[in-house]
Amino acid sequence: MHIAEGYLPPLHAAAWAVASAPFVVHGARAVVQQVRTDPDSKLLLGAAGAFSFVLSALKIPSVTGSCSHPTGTGLGAVLFRPPVMALLGTVVLFFQAVLLAHGGLTTLGANVFSMAVVGPWVAYGTYRLVRRLGGGLGPAVFLAAALGDLATYCVTSVQLALAFPDATSGVGGAVVKFGSIFAITQIPLAVSEGLLTLLVVRLLVRVSPDELRRLGVLPTPPATPTAKEVGA
Amino acid sequence: MKRSTLVNWLLVLAVVALAAIPVLFVQGEFGGSDGLAEQAITESHPDYEPWFSSIYEPPSGEIESGLFALQAAIGAGVVGYYFGAARTKRRLARGPADRHPEDTP
Repeated sequence: MHIAEGYLPPLHAAAWAVASAPFVVHGARAVVQQVRTDPDSKLLLGAAGAFSFVLSALKIPSVTGSCSHPTGTGLGAVLFRPPVMALLGTVVLFFQAVLLAHGGLTTLGANVFSMAVVGPWVAYGTYRLVRRLGGGLGPAVFLAAALGDLATYCVTSVQLALAFPDATSGVGGAVVKFGSIFAITQIPLAVSEGLLTLLVVRLLVRVSPDELRRLGVLPTPPATPTAKEVGA
Repeated sequence: MKRSTLVNWLLVLAVVALAAIPVLFVQGEFGGSDGLAEQAITESHPDYEPWFSSIYEPPSGEIESGLFALQAAIGAGVVGYYFGAARTKRRLARGPADRHPEDTP
């Protein structure tokens, strides 16, 4: 999903930077607030960012005969809400743009918008929806991470299509063209990301259930006096 | 083996299988999809000139893959540290009642 350095016309690059900036600033505030109100969650916050660091470095072969990578932003979005991931995802993309020549500074805004804004929000929305419909934590986490991952790559396809519309079929045709490069490759990877995120959440439930309760991912246990309000 | 441990291992196995099956059964170059998108742009818009180039480019594929490995290693280290710390914290919080008799002096 990394649009390479210089591969968006200046106007598009600037527009996506303007679109992403408020989310990143808001995200930075959210991180500061999270750390201030709940200092004990600092370590888990770091781990959620690190998870995205690992997953976005792993280029995994896919059924189309090309390679792509997961984004790892679904975990943090489910645990800490999407604004936090807007900042953490930007840090990951900045590292890759500056040190790895992967993505770029001029395309940072567009890449941030797909991976650090839309992906986490789709993941979080999916998570809330599945939980509200009565789905368990497992299915909700799996679907959240997988759909967040796919959404990121769909946004990238649209961004490239807007900048490079097809000569005959226009933007619509270009969406299909870039979508066939990114989105189809990404389907098995999205499943992988869903499974890995599910694995991490299952391990978290085992080693730090109290932390998950504080973040509202697990319900408060029935032994406490507030059990009635949980209603589960 | 506990059932939840078994499920966790099956999850790991499924991820490995999802990555291995394409390599074994699909003919392909396995280049990056980001690069393919660049190619598609150059084909449909041959007159487009990238107007900015990376300020730093790893001098070789080896160095680039090394930096990617470094990225993954840093991330995995932090995630691993978290799980180690959380497990220890939980074990200590459980209190002496839960410990084996030989643990207590």
